Amino acid sequence: MSTESKPMHFIGAGETFMPPSYSPWAQTWHLLLKNRMALAGLLIFLIFFIVAIIGLIVTGGVDPILDPARVRLQEKLRPPLSLPKTDTLRKEELPALGIYLLGTDDLGRDVFVRMLQGAWVSLTVGFVAVGIAVGIGILLGGLSGYYGRLSIRLYHILFWSLVVTVAGFTFHQRFWAAALLLTVTITAVAWKRRLDSRLLPLPGPLRWLAMPTLQVDTLIMRAVDIMLCFPSFFLILTVVALLPPSIYNIMVIIGLTSWMGTTRFVRAEFLSLRELDFVAAARALGISDARIIFRHIMPNAIAPVLVSATLGIASAMLTEAGLSFLGFGVPPPHATWGNILSDGKAYIFDAPWLTFIPGVVILIVVLAFNLFGEGMRDIFNPKLRERN
Amino acid sequence: MNPEPHSDLLLSVKNLKVHFQGVGPVAKAVNGVDFKVRRRQTVCIVGESGCGKTVTALAILGLLKQPPAVIAGGEIFFDGLSLFDLPASQMRNLRGKRIAMVFQEPMTSLNPVFTIGDQVGEAVLVHEEVSDDQARRRTIQLLYDVGIVEPEKRLNDYPHQLSGGQRQRVMIAMALACEPDLIIADEPTTALDVTVQAQILRLLKRLKQDKEMAIQYITHDLGVVAAIADHVYVMYAGVVVEQGSADAIFSKARHPYTMALLDSLPTKEKRGQRLYSIPGSVPHPAYRPLGCPFHPRCRYCEPSCEKAFPDFFDYGKGHEARCPVLYKSGVGEKDR
Repeated sequence: MSTESKPMHFIGAGETFMPPSYSPWAQTWHLLLKNRMALAGLLIFLIFFIVAIIGLIVTGGVDPILDPARVRLQEKLRPPLSLPKTDTLRKEELPALGIYLLGTDDLGRDVFVRMLQGAWVSLTVGFVAVGIAVGIGILLGGLSGYYGRLSIRLYHILFWSLVVTVAGFTFHQRFWAAALLLTVTITAVAWKRRLDSRLLPLPGPLRWLAMPTLQVDTLIMRAVDIMLCFPSFFLILTVVALLPPSIYNIMVIIGLTSWMGTTRFVRAEFLSLRELDFVAAARALGISDARIIFRHIMPNAIAPVLVSATLGIASAMLTEAGLSFLGFGVPPPHATWGNILSDGKAYIFDAPWLTFIPGVVILIVVLAFNLFGEGMRDIFNPKLRERN
Repeated sequence: MNPEPHSDLLLSVKNLKVHFQGVGPVAKAVNGVDFKVRRRQTVCIVGESGCGKTVTALAILGLLKQPPAVIAGGEIFFDGLSLFDLPASQMRNLRGKRIAMVFQEPMTSLNPVFTIGDQVGEAVLVHEEVSDDQARRRTIQLLYDVGIVEPEKRLNDYPHQLSGGQRQRVMIAMALACEPDLIIADEPTTALDVTVQAQILRLLKRLKQDKEMAIQYITHDLGVVAAIADHVYVMYAGVVVEQGSADAIFSKARHPYTMALLDSLPTKEKRGQRLYSIPGSVPHPAYRPLGCPFHPRCRYCEPSCEKAFPDFFDYGKGHEARCPVLYKSGVGEKDR
């Protein structure tokens, strides 16, 4: 650097007097501390999280500290905060806490322990299902938003049908046919890539193979529309009825039927973000598409997605509780809040705590998630922020 | 003709045509543009909004959205490489590493969620195999080079904490990251106020000397052109209407459009007078007049101008203008 040019760039009053750095996350945290409702939601969520993990530890395993499946028929339908009758119970039947904190159910099982066990189910169902939904949503929404204008051409369809056929042959152990088709497919793909790398189109007689059929955006968004047409609870009921009852099936099914909202969200964000100057600037720097999508656009699009995910967790928990209530959910003897509620409904007048307790807990947790989610939405959206 | 690599000629655009196909007739945004950028030269492309300056720049970088844009003809050679024949992957390696671009709007050209250190560092890391630590040191050096005070501290700043001028400096630092041969600056000072504009221009001038780069500077501001240009191309309605050294353009412009642009520039001598403005507006790219595209607004217009598209007329020393009327009559030669 030449010496005479040095003073030049120290001109510019005020450039040295800058405020200290606050990252966007630090600002978010600061705003969250001001929003009491969202903070309360977050606190309840954290308590619930800790309780669920403790519940998993103390009720899991072969010989749990607190056994949620321990049946004590002589102690059935005891109200909350009642003490066990030590004279009628064998030593191993005594509740480890020495008290039925939330009473017992119709088989004399400790409701408090069952609620603990159910907390983990609700938590994992919520997070795994929403994780699946958000994963699919980000992938499809991102594809649709960023590559939406591209057309699916006839040779793409041909390629995928070949792949499916190869898989089919392999599945039915026709290995020769599979190998032959695979060779054809790989040759064709390699040839097409060579043409592409030399910027050549397909030769004339084969040009019809490049005929555009659908746009990527059309395909994905119409799939979303179709999925939204199904009343999803009944879809879930049908699928659950066909599949063996298991907690993992429930998670996957709830996840696979709730990705549409996220997809639309992410697509909309991508559509607006990809036109912005910083994306053009990134492309002008020679940054690859994948890096632009995941490093430059995604962090800008993620905030509203996280908000909708938070709200989605609450609704996934509700769905699971609903399914368990109807008896399609997690199979007994495993306790979930839904099936505690369901078991209790027969005794609603004799033992109201059996329905009241899981009901109120579901209410509080779902409410907490919704409050937190909406609080975050207000924080991420400055227009909503000004209202308070 | 494919120019030799490593010759003095860095970029040559030949008869470039970029059309936009929307609803209705084809908009011929760039309709046969030729220009050359030599090494270590500052070339200014001047013209009103909508005359195809930015589209030309985007075409060079291969960043035009196709569709709706269509490269309808022409060639671009960069250091012996034909850019339209390069596969996408090689084109991407060229962008940022050998040709970099500085955009018009510094307020939105930086990603709001990353620190400027991250973004300048990324520009280094994308094209060069260096460790994070080396990239960090390069980033600090780059920020220092573009005149950011205390770059070590500013590394962790987010774009919203910087002023417009500082952001444009950061953008320039990103463009400089891989020491490109050519920087395309698309109106980099338009969004900045005048004092900052002067700083940025001085910065570009100094960097050009220090780093031996060529600059293709796109602007509509003749004041800026006077400050930095070696060679000037005046564009109107998708074609170059006049080209020449900065001296030739400012002292003896030979195209009515250039002359009109110069007349509409406020100067000390014109103080107190009503400022000249060119009557009419730039024709829509899909509805250009036949013949000379400027003839409906031209004060020297003759009937022949409505028929034939004019060729360049040579005034020597690389100064050419597309106006047969002025070439024949010599009008205006003594005025300037």
